Amino acid sequence: MYLKTLGVVLATTVSFTAMSAAAESLTIGLASEPTAMDPHFHNLGPNNAMSRHIFDRLILQDERQRLAPGLAVSWAPVDDLTWEFKLREGVKFHDGSDFNADDVVCTWERAPNVPNSPSSMGTYTKGKTVVKIDDYTVHFKTESPYPLMANDVSTISMISDEGGCQGTTAQFNDGTAAIGTGPFKYVSYTPGDSIVLERNPDYWGEASIWETVTFKPIKSGPARVAALLAGDVDMIAAVPTTDISTLAANDDLALSQGVSNRVIYLHLDHDRDASPFVKANGGGDIVNPLKKLEVRKAISMAINRDAIVDRVMEGVAIKAGQLLPEGFFGVSDKLAPVEYDPQGAKEMLAAAGYPDGFELTIHGPNDRYINDARIAEAIGQMLTRIGIKTQVETMPRSVYFGRASRGGPDNTPEFSFILVGWGAGSGEASSPLKSLIHTHDPSRGFGASNRGRYSNPEVDAVIEEALATVEDATRANLLAKATEMAIEDVAVIPTHYQVNTWAAKKGLKYVARTDEYTLAIGVVKE
Amino acid sequence: MTVFIIRRLMQALVVIFVMSLIVFFGVNVIGDPVDMLISPDADQAEIARTIAALGLDKPIGEQYLYFLGGIARGEFGNSFIFGEPALKLILQHMPATVELALVSIMMAIVLGIPLGLYAGLFPESAVSRGIMAVSILGFSLPTFWVGLMMIMLFAVYLGWLPSTGRGDTAVFLGIESSIWTRDGLSHLFMPALNLALTNISLVIRLTRAGVREAMHQDYIKFARAKGLSSRRVIGVHLLKNIMIPVITVLGLEVGNLLAFSVVTETIFAWPGMGKLLIDSLLQLDRPVVVAYLMIIVLFFVLINLLVDICYSLLDPRVRLKDQGS
Repeated sequence: MYLKTLGVVLATTVSFTAMSAAAESLTIGLASEPTAMDPHFHNLGPNNAMSRHIFDRLILQDERQRLAPGLAVSWAPVDDLTWEFKLREGVKFHDGSDFNADDVVCTWERAPNVPNSPSSMGTYTKGKTVVKIDDYTVHFKTESPYPLMANDVSTISMISDEGGCQGTTAQFNDGTAAIGTGPFKYVSYTPGDSIVLERNPDYWGEASIWETVTFKPIKSGPARVAALLAGDVDMIAAVPTTDISTLAANDDLALSQGVSNRVIYLHLDHDRDASPFVKANGGGDIVNPLKKLEVRKAISMAINRDAIVDRVMEGVAIKAGQLLPEGFFGVSDKLAPVEYDPQGAKEMLAAAGYPDGFELTIHGPNDRYINDARIAEAIGQMLTRIGIKTQVETMPRSVYFGRASRGGPDNTPEFSFILVGWGAGSGEASSPLKSLIHTHDPSRGFGASNRGRYSNPEVDAVIEEALATVEDATRANLLAKATEMAIEDVAVIPTHYQVNTWAAKKGLKYVARTDEYTLAIGVVKE
Repeated sequence: MTVFIIRRLMQALVVIFVMSLIVFFGVNVIGDPVDMLISPDADQAEIARTIAALGLDKPIGEQYLYFLGGIARGEFGNSFIFGEPALKLILQHMPATVELALVSIMMAIVLGIPLGLYAGLFPESAVSRGIMAVSILGFSLPTFWVGLMMIMLFAVYLGWLPSTGRGDTAVFLGIESSIWTRDGLSHLFMPALNLALTNISLVIRLTRAGVREAMHQDYIKFARAKGLSSRRVIGVHLLKNIMIPVITVLGLEVGNLLAFSVVTETIFAWPGMGKLLIDSLLQLDRPVVVAYLMIIVLFFVLINLLVDICYSLLDPRVRLKDQGS
């Protein structure tokens, strides 16, 4: 007994000293590379993930995208149109200057106005103005009640009013302006090759265990896996599903997996009577059957979600019954994935007046989501089995998304039946509801990605009510209600939620994130 | 010769212009870069703003005229993705590719010519047969497969070489390159060899064929009869005569290596121009793609010119003159 304990103690000590001697620096192989070190240049996943290292936000999103205090210690609405944020005191930028309300004000001005920005931060800053009350208090004002204030604020990286706000994107890239309050400091940025950061020992929160962190973009999946096996990197993001079982069997490696905020779903043409890719048997014209609820229900019932998860995704996915996985704000607890029932689907199709089915083409990308082309093929086969003779057409995303959003006449969506995914950046249910389900309305910014042109005034009303409700519990109920109405009306057909996989050397563990970000602060020693 | 060079450069301008037309309109046909750039959270107003900011709301003909206007001012336009001048991005990625291509061509020369010479001089020996057999493999195995196998062998199993990326660089003779450091060389070896494999095989075959043919020519027999040493017969008389096809092919291959080492650069995550091109194509970053291909056309024209000049130095019978006049 005594010997055994001693052995355990010895083993822990040995492994601990070995770890602390060897593992102060960390190298991470990334699947996608940020396009700049300027945190406001490009509102895109890889950029937003990288900026988390050097810069802080007023509010941080944790690994489940729940909101946590960052550079603000508290926030609350003071009236319908004003939110008050109390700022953290004693925080210093990497150059030694103090963080205060002036930095917030100038950041808010710069964020949406970066020259040449391909996708600006204006999406989050618009309609909100910042007023400095004192050095450590700011008010965010809006023109109408706005409950998602905290979510939007959590996307904007704070930069310094001494140097940062006047900095150009080039100055952020070469490091002169890349001065934040974050857990890491800028060391070097070589596009296509590496990004090197060092620990900020004076971080206001818990300082990182990693002294230096190097990110290497390795876009090719097999090469990324090889780099990990060869020991050139300590961890990789986005392990290809085909390699997961091999890596899991390797004793020198450890996998981390977690569900993402991304749902893969099918969008159907709810709008046109003559939909270009829906034909009668034999290729003749037909009044768009997808407008009938029974047909949409039959399609959903015909999809064997278990088979997609088990065979196409090799078990690395979770079947979906709504727009966000459970645990997120505003999801419904009443919705379960639709059961696979090919017989019932056939009967429902016959009841709708299509006993012999019809012809359909499913369009999808082949390089955007995990195994996207294979999912589209599987769905094509499943629908053909219930009599809807389905052709599958997949294409590179550079071709696909343009056509799916604006490829038809008058910039309408071109396709009739598409496979797409949606990641809820805000981490709550209003994001997909607002963009996918609400009626397409450019003047008010609703339904921007509603490529099926689903339109249901009753659902719209509930979504809009939710978006004007500041009180959390009521809003969560309204969002859940809107989701239930949309799913019961089969506005879209969710198939599964993506699960992301990271692989690291034994002894390291990544705290998997729903937003798919790869952050050095999430890499912990075991 | 001056007239010859000037005329060649004029031709190049025409080719570059035609290229820019084809590529500009070609990339436009593929699809819409806006969806590659914009955050999915963006609403319609933000999407419209981005389209306008990139100038994509204008008719394609007008966009092309605007682009030509930029060329006249010496600008290729800004990358849609990085927001930086396309030319600057390409120049940033160029040293890595040039160093890879040159090292790989060196490998082809240093390994290919002696092996080909040996195989040509002793065609019946077992070693020669072995060389020829391996050269067939060098031709026929796909680069990406060989690259991955090399990574598996040298990086994963043996652990001798790093698997990806470019190593440390140092400045020597005013040139910053990774060939001056040990770390840099160890990173360079595998991608350069992978890129060189086809060319080594090509050079072996060309040299061997040349040697086999020349050995029976009168001038070789005469040189031997004159009592010259074997070393001089092979090293001077023979080698000089078989070099012309080798130089032609290697010249073109340098261009190919510079322009299209896409596969190797992707597998080894080498931060060169090839990777920039493929990334830009996948994201429809039109300014970078157009600028890149225009520069590459210029490259090829210059390389061909250099090859022609090399000819005239090697073979006094070849004179650089304008064949039309």
